[in-house]
Amino acid sequence: MDAQTDLLRVENVSHAFVLGPSAIPALAPVGFTLAEGEFVCIVGTSGSGKSTLLRIIGGLLQPTTGQVWLGKEQITEPHPEIGFVFQKTNLMPWRTARDNVLLPLELLGPIGPQERKRAAALLDLVGLSGFANNYPAQLSGGMAQRLTLARALVRHPRLLLLDEPFGALDALTRERLNLELVRIQTAQQQTVVMVTHSINEAVFLADRVLVLGEQPGRILAQIPVELPRPRSLAVMGSEGFGAIATEIRRHIGLVAE
Amino acid sequence: MNADYPEETTRASRSNKSSRGDQFSRHYPGQPVKARLVTLVDNPLITFPIVVATILLLWEGLVRWQQYPNFILPGPATVARKTLALAMDGTLWRHAQVTLIEILLGLGLGVGLALLLGYVLGKSRLLERVIAPYIVASQTIPVVAIAPLLVIWFGNGLLSKVLITGIIVFFPTLISTIVGIRGVDADLHDLMRSLRASPSQLFFKLELPAALPVIFGGLKLSVILAVVGAVVGEFVGANVGLGFLINLGRGILDTPMMFAAVLTLVVLAQSFYAVVSIVERYCMRWQK
Repeated sequence: MDAQTDLLRVENVSHAFVLGPSAIPALAPVGFTLAEGEFVCIVGTSGSGKSTLLRIIGGLLQPTTGQVWLGKEQITEPHPEIGFVFQKTNLMPWRTARDNVLLPLELLGPIGPQERKRAAALLDLVGLSGFANNYPAQLSGGMAQRLTLARALVRHPRLLLLDEPFGALDALTRERLNLELVRIQTAQQQTVVMVTHSINEAVFLADRVLVLGEQPGRILAQIPVELPRPRSLAVMGSEGFGAIATEIRRHIGLVAE
Repeated sequence: MNADYPEETTRASRSNKSSRGDQFSRHYPGQPVKARLVTLVDNPLITFPIVVATILLLWEGLVRWQQYPNFILPGPATVARKTLALAMDGTLWRHAQVTLIEILLGLGLGVGLALLLGYVLGKSRLLERVIAPYIVASQTIPVVAIAPLLVIWFGNGLLSKVLITGIIVFFPTLISTIVGIRGVDADLHDLMRSLRASPSQLFFKLELPAALPVIFGGLKLSVILAVVGAVVGEFVGANVGLGFLINLGRGILDTPMMFAAVLTLVVLAQSFYAVVSIVERYCMRWQK
């Protein structure tokens, strides 16, 4: 990876929560780069600062030290070309599925036929075209989270940030949505950073896995996942998959050396 | 590519149940009479006329039995005749018009200020801590008790009634606005921030629709109280309006006219409530 193709550069980013007179370090200086089209998963236990890191990349949180660069722009506030999917399905209950997807475009300007077409295409992409007129209360948890994915993609983001997007879903729905994500990422050549605490999920989805240690969070290892694409669920049973998952567990300290 | 997800049926299709009457007849196959009765009682189009007719009959019966004179308790037929006569000669409309304007202006003033102040207090905990105690304390002053003062200060014309109405409708809307704005989902605030929404977009696309269900609760209370406010103002000092008409009727012992004015007030209050309910239902159609 040379510097030209790096879409995202995270340079010595650290974060400390100020609590009265003392500052609690949540994230030790971390640095990594992300190539265009790459899918990176960040795994770590809770308290490893992985969500903090993601919020800093997304411009929702200011780093205490260090810088984040998207291409040639420094990220200091939310960027229009970064899409964010949060752990909680934060849909607006008074908007239909279609209008929820249209929201990011509405904030940019009036909605025309082109915007409507874009929303319809994304609803189709996440398999919800039949539910465009449904309100979030009429959707299942999995459908709602797919809808937030469509909404995050509607502005053609150069970078998609996913913060444990499927954490609140049951295991079966989660697996199905992982397959969806693989399909969507392949179709769009989307650059993705995803935070998860599921090692299997990370290995299945990612080109590279960043393992974060805790208190304060720091990168313990960067593990490339060189499994063939497109991936199906069968890859989870393969030897290579198991070896990578074990290596990640070893870094986190779940497997004795 | 549109995959098929059989497990993920929507809640809408699942909750597609048949009407309540059907359910009962399914659950109690041996009691068709009871089931039919439940269906009847559950239908306001059938029960409402029965209730009204019963009340009218009892009323008429009481008047005939006790032989009350008209100035104590007129029968429903007398009241109906008087109401019709007052409606035909334009008296009712002339007075109702004035009361209506007082209510509308009072609502505009009180609700408008309550929404503004409620929004500010809902956004700022500091301001709420500083200001809210005084607002609550001010609510312990009975509006009815200070109405004569307001009439002394602002005359017995439109202004004093608008002020009394405004004061009385202010509080419910204020409280519901504060609660509504404060209840806006923090995650949706995060979302709007990540989408770089402007302050006005934040208000119109998030805060307003999110707070609306709660605000409507306060608004419904306010429109009912608005009628009370206008009538209280007219009782204290006025020469026109439905409250004045009631006062006048008492003075000249024209009790049927008092009934006619009260009936008109009921219709007025019901209409206001209905309008707010319809607007509410329109705004909340996502809430089912």
